Amino acid sequence: MRLLRIVPDDTKFDFMRFRRVSFPISAVLSVIAVFLYFNHGLNFGIDFIGGTLMEVQAKSGPADIAKMRTTLNGLGLGEVQLQQFGAPTDVLIRISQQPGGEAAQQAAVTKVRQGLGEEVEYRRVEVVGPRVSTELLAYGTIGLVLAIFAILLYLWFRFEWQFALGAMIANVHDIVLTIGFMSITQIDFDLTSIAALLTILGYSLNDTVVIYDRIREMLRRYKKMSMTDLLNISVNATLSRSIITHVTVTLALLALLLFGGRAIHSFTATMMFGVVLVGTYTSVFIAAPILIYLGVGVGRTEAADMIEAPAKARP
Amino acid sequence: MLYFTRWRATAIVATALLVCLCAVPNFIDEKTVQSWPKWAQRHVVLGLDLQGGSHILLEVDTNAVRKEKVEALRDDVRRVVRENRLGSPAAVTIRGTTVEFRIREGADPQLALTKLRELSQPLGGILGGTGQRSVEVVDAGGGLFRLTVTEPALVERIRQSVEQSIQILEKRVNELGTVEPSIQRQGIDRVLVQVPGLQDPSRLKEIIGKTAKLTFRLVDMSMPAEQALQGRPPADSEVLYGSRAENRQPYLIEKRVIVAGEDLTDAQPGFDQRTSEPIVSFRFNTNGARRFAQVTQENVGRPFAIILDNEVISAPVIREPILGGSGQISGSFTVEAANDLAILLRAGALPAPLTIIEERTVGPGLGQDSIEKGKLAALVGSVLVIVFMLVTYGLFGLFANVAVAINVAMIFGVLSLLNATLTLPGIAGIVLTVGIAVDSNVLIYERIREEVRHGRTPITAIDAGFSRALATIMDSNITTFIAAAVLFYIGTGPVRGFAVTLGIGIITTVFTAFTLTRLIVAYWVWWWRPRTVPI
Repeated sequence: MRLLRIVPDDTKFDFMRFRRVSFPISAVLSVIAVFLYFNHGLNFGIDFIGGTLMEVQAKSGPADIAKMRTTLNGLGLGEVQLQQFGAPTDVLIRISQQPGGEAAQQAAVTKVRQGLGEEVEYRRVEVVGPRVSTELLAYGTIGLVLAIFAILLYLWFRFEWQFALGAMIANVHDIVLTIGFMSITQIDFDLTSIAALLTILGYSLNDTVVIYDRIREMLRRYKKMSMTDLLNISVNATLSRSIITHVTVTLALLALLLFGGRAIHSFTATMMFGVVLVGTYTSVFIAAPILIYLGVGVGRTEAADMIEAPAKARP
Repeated sequence: MLYFTRWRATAIVATALLVCLCAVPNFIDEKTVQSWPKWAQRHVVLGLDLQGGSHILLEVDTNAVRKEKVEALRDDVRRVVRENRLGSPAAVTIRGTTVEFRIREGADPQLALTKLRELSQPLGGILGGTGQRSVEVVDAGGGLFRLTVTEPALVERIRQSVEQSIQILEKRVNELGTVEPSIQRQGIDRVLVQVPGLQDPSRLKEIIGKTAKLTFRLVDMSMPAEQALQGRPPADSEVLYGSRAENRQPYLIEKRVIVAGEDLTDAQPGFDQRTSEPIVSFRFNTNGARRFAQVTQENVGRPFAIILDNEVISAPVIREPILGGSGQISGSFTVEAANDLAILLRAGALPAPLTIIEERTVGPGLGQDSIEKGKLAALVGSVLVIVFMLVTYGLFGLFANVAVAINVAMIFGVLSLLNATLTLPGIAGIVLTVGIAVDSNVLIYERIREEVRHGRTPITAIDAGFSRALATIMDSNITTFIAAAVLFYIGTGPVRGFAVTLGIGIITTVFTAFTLTRLIVAYWVWWWRPRTVPI
């Protein structure tokens, strides 16, 4: 049986040449992402801004959203959002945080239950008061920062500091772009999004570490090879693994995205973007070439550049 | 790398088998499992998002606790002042969170300081031996004293409040007849109530949210309540409103409590014999019965009020002295309301009000849907990955699939051993672990392919492939594990479920990569003595 070879055996692609394109592109995209974050914002869910979320299902036939909207708007609960959720019978109701502290949130739920009565089944009710939401946001942010530093520390311990720094830049880049993605798509940003971000962090690092491992091995083995050649060989050698692994992760995520239901939809969509699109690109086009700028292998002959330079100078 | 001593191979297989076996109780009928010995019954618990249920986080009203503490201190100071003739008890006032007192002219400030200091006790309990005291007494000069309840004393009181609240809530929730409720402390001032399988948690919230402070007091007849509302009510009376059933009518009620909820020994729902209206009948303990008898004897013809959480439930007129130590409360109840009130009275009052600060309820329908969707996604994902691995690596793909399958079984085994909770994000974690587990095999096989390309013989290529790849697997998995650990540490509820399965998945992945996959390949090499590696 002939086995599948996604990447031909002796691929020698000059990845490092693309750093002159990939770095500016990434820089521009990162700036856009930051700009989006500050101007467009994230679609914060009730976990972080407080409020009430109810998923209801009409007991007979498709839900009459217009009628429900009229009923709920008449309750004087401020902003009430209704949205079809998956099946036509299902409706997601979002009620912004009520003024008047923790007890007011509970009172709002009771009002909605009385308003909609027995015509619907209450599949999910989530009420997050102002105190809890503030804490969750703080814990989420602290967790993300803590994870980045813990991983950095580990890499510093296992590799040289340049590698740790390179991995961190690649990481922050991934997180920033993913947040940009969340801002553009206005995907729900809730507790599971923090979980998604942390997993993307782990996966992307996983990838970066595999390539760095190889680079370190090559640095020890070939003392005289130019840095660009060495990085190219390392990336090419791990390319097949990177692609096969990402195909399998994509397959698993695809199954979750298509069949996992709405409850984890925002989680898998974010993971798909972060792991598949950004993570792969970053480890090859950012994490590896950045080592050149961080001064790994200083003193090695820049063979490729030396050949190029005289070539241009020749009449 | 390919050589295993016999005992080592046995140990590896035995470990994997044992861990996989732990997962067995999850797939067997619950009734059968219950007949097994306790140690064999450990299984995965479905999270509230999968089986449906309510997660309710309550917080003790720390301001109420503080207020109560300061008022108790004021009363203590008044007693000291009276006993030692230091001045007028009315001169003891509360200013913010401190109690202030100015001694009368000619009283000995030194004596006052000594006596007031006696109110301050060293803090025992968990803070024992720190030299902290419960009250801080400051002589502000000019005969003015300031007393403050110290922060550690307050924290200690809040801790006790939470402890007592948990006990009372347990009694209340158990009376509702729910299955396996869990009530735990969270942080210093919070209680987490988790009750599986409720369609509508309104009644649960009603039951756990009530302080249920019951008092019997006399109605003050010196002026109508409306007049007291407009003017000033008498110093030892206050205006309270009737419950909704009583049309929120105002009453002027004496502050003095005749009998309180603590003096009840029993409360049962029932029906009034004449009107067949739902009622709650109760019994006082000896102490309560004696006091109630005395007051009703002296006040025949006057109304008294039954007050629950500062709300008048009913205010009947005393027609004859109540000497038997039992009585009934009627307040236009529904059958359910009477039942709930009886539960609340039997369980006793909460030491301080609790507020619901977070609620997450999932109906059983959605839970079932989520389980089915999770299963389908896991199935489809697994099939896709299995086929892809077979297409890419052939025989070695089969090895990888076997290793990954054992890996997933082991995850369930460890989850069962820990009696861990499986949530929907937890299932996502397992699906992602499949990705990581496959990756470890990919790393090994790609390395073997490379070594073969460099012209090594099959056995040395496999050997070198394993030894080089395992170092990388270690490094890459530790970084992911760090992310999982942080998630576990900061996460709550569902996120934590994700972190648990991801973390366990990483450990089992590293274990299978280092032992099982190697063992399988080693046995294959030993059996077939291959001349080429089919990879």
